[in-house]
Amino acid sequence: MNCMIFQLKRIFLFFFISILLPFFPDYSFASAGGSLHQDNKNQAPGRKMAIQATKSGKKWNTTDHIKHKILHQEFKSGEEVTQACIYCHSEAADQFKKTIHWTWTDLDSDPENLAGKAGFSINNFCISTNMAKDKSCLDCHPGWNSKRETINCLDCHGQNDLDLNEAFTDIQGFLDSADADSLEIAKEIQKDVMDAVSSIGRPTRKNCGSCHFRGGGGDGVKHGDLDSSMAYPNKNLDVHMGTDGQNFQCTRCHTTILHNVSGRIYSTPAATQRKSLIEDDSIPKIMCESCHSNKPHKSENKANDHTDKVACQSCHIPEFARINPTKMWWDWSKAGKKKNGKKYTDYGQWHKPVYKSIKGEFKWEKNVIPEYFWFNGSMKVLTFKDTIDPGKTVEMSRPLGSIENKNSRIFPFKIHKGKTPYDKVNKTMVTPLLSEPEGFWKTLDWDDAIVKGMEAVGQPFSGEFGFADTSYVFPITHMVAPKEKSLSCETCHAKNGRLAKLDGFYMPGRDKFKMLTIGGWSLIAASFAGIFFHALGRFFIKNKKKEC
Amino acid sequence: MDTNGIINIYLYTRYERFWHWLQMLLIVLLLVTGFEVQSYYHLLGFQTAAKIHNFAGITWLISFAFFIFWIFTTGEWKQYIPTTKKIFSVLHYYAHGIFLGEPHPVPKRKNAKHNPLQRLTYLSLAAFLLPVQMTTGFLYWSYNSWDAWGMGYLSLKATAFIHTAGGFGILSFIIIHIYMTTTGHSLFAHIKAMITGWEEVSKETVIEEWEEAKH
Repeated sequence: MNCMIFQLKRIFLFFFISILLPFFPDYSFASAGGSLHQDNKNQAPGRKMAIQATKSGKKWNTTDHIKHKILHQEFKSGEEVTQACIYCHSEAADQFKKTIHWTWTDLDSDPENLAGKAGFSINNFCISTNMAKDKSCLDCHPGWNSKRETINCLDCHGQNDLDLNEAFTDIQGFLDSADADSLEIAKEIQKDVMDAVSSIGRPTRKNCGSCHFRGGGGDGVKHGDLDSSMAYPNKNLDVHMGTDGQNFQCTRCHTTILHNVSGRIYSTPAATQRKSLIEDDSIPKIMCESCHSNKPHKSENKANDHTDKVACQSCHIPEFARINPTKMWWDWSKAGKKKNGKKYTDYGQWHKPVYKSIKGEFKWEKNVIPEYFWFNGSMKVLTFKDTIDPGKTVEMSRPLGSIENKNSRIFPFKIHKGKTPYDKVNKTMVTPLLSEPEGFWKTLDWDDAIVKGMEAVGQPFSGEFGFADTSYVFPITHMVAPKEKSLSCETCHAKNGRLAKLDGFYMPGRDKFKMLTIGGWSLIAASFAGIFFHALGRFFIKNKKKEC
Repeated sequence: MDTNGIINIYLYTRYERFWHWLQMLLIVLLLVTGFEVQSYYHLLGFQTAAKIHNFAGITWLISFAFFIFWIFTTGEWKQYIPTTKKIFSVLHYYAHGIFLGEPHPVPKRKNAKHNPLQRLTYLSLAAFLLPVQMTTGFLYWSYNSWDAWGMGYLSLKATAFIHTAGGFGILSFIIIHIYMTTTGHSLFAHIKAMITGWEEVSKETVIEEWEEAKH
């Protein structure tokens, strides 16, 4: 009997160990640090999938625009160029004019409170386009000569650096003077134009960047994750777009249907479905999950369990504005000062303006740590019709979403703060006219600029204005760092980590139970005190006995 | 070994000792990493601490199943049957007699490894605190599957609270448990027994029938 039990125990031990062993690699500590040189076998599944999805290589084309006779013209105006494009691409202009790139309004929003640059939206940068009546804003509008009439296909498709608007002004000038030399020069420029018009392609980072890198009137003013450093980034700055790596163009992810470029964020999310390309190869917007799946990390990696609540961007974009600084503060209330009777500009670190008479005070930052919010993909943007509470920071845009919402993720944002003019009586933000001849940038006269600007948008102005604290947020989604640079668990799972301000849920490593902490450690202290006195008693009474 | 009326008895079998020390190792790992995950201090870093904690926890869960199997197949479970008999004399001994060098009222014997106080303590540990700790720990670990298991109504916060409270309870037990090992006839006698399996007990000790875990 005893012998049998002994044998049984041996068998137990054997089983016990053999069952435990396979668990070791799975829960092992080997994956704590990412190894740079992994063979294919050892690749995370999400990486493997993404490499497969993108391995098709170079895009090909069925046409060479140099060979198209219609483009062999002596163009005299932009409109003529567009006519030539439309000759073949007959639907392009109609399609494009229906897109938000042209309308600058969010047609999904309430028409009574129309969102969009050309709608009623405002921000704490140049505040408002006065419904596209402030002409300097239209520098970025894809039409010829800052007019909203004929589309300029080359803004997005031209692969030549020639400034066509300027070229046509010159051509007109030389043609008008009509002397032989001038006509000769006009011909020369027309030749350059012909070269430019024949150099056509899909939009590159440079095409998109010509507006999106310098939104708000300068490089890196608006988006913290889009600036001129992204035209030719290296892998360190953006692991996908790096010219030394995958060399993605913007259009690799911002796919297009009928000239509608996906990825815009206003009242509806850029993408409502979270699908991988394996599930559906015609999804309208390429997101991280499209190529990397929603379980991208190796199976034992806890990060896989986070993808339902934490956006990839939150960990994989540790900081933004990593090469060029981005504007973080714009105080309009300081605008209007003069030096020796003249408008002036002061420059600070990185040779960035820190004061401009026409715009006020700025602050710039580099390597900025994002702020994190629950985000369902939609934004709430303030319009000049909305009533505000100037006693608090006015959120001119804010992310929508909450922990309860299944489509919400914790997402990184840039917050641009500032002081922006508002109507003290009507409690609305105001829309001063800025660039026009009678605008603030010329006159430095707030009252007049606000009166004219409010007139332009048909809003009442009481005549009394002040400056409210404002904030404006941008989702951070570009400048994805190589995986070695992604955030460690401790960045958030810590007392004062990056998610310290997000409440409404329990988070290990960040949250403690106050009463339990006091009670628990009291119990431990009492246990120690108990054994201490017990031991003391044993020691002394024993010694006493010996003395006797 | 028949001097001074002390005899050696083989009290703890090989598996029992192995289980004891494996459990000790796991519990120490779990306590050290568990309190770090609660960010009471920084030692290994949250990530490593959480990883080790998960690994040790799952290991404990599996090995505990073996212990349950062992305890029932060998009949050792009888050693844990609670009794109130003599419990007050045991309490009185630790509160009073021990200081005067009186003998333990319920000494160890092969079929009576645990005194009534131990029985109560170990039973409440093995039948209550440890299972609570394992259940909450397992739930905590499987948090991401709650929805799929139709258990979305559970609260991570409550789970973490109970799990942390249990951690304090176990730590308190360990402090007292380690101290109690020094109350044998010499300071390290009990620890030695748990390593070698052989406990030194007084020859004259008589085991009453109720104390025996009969096979």
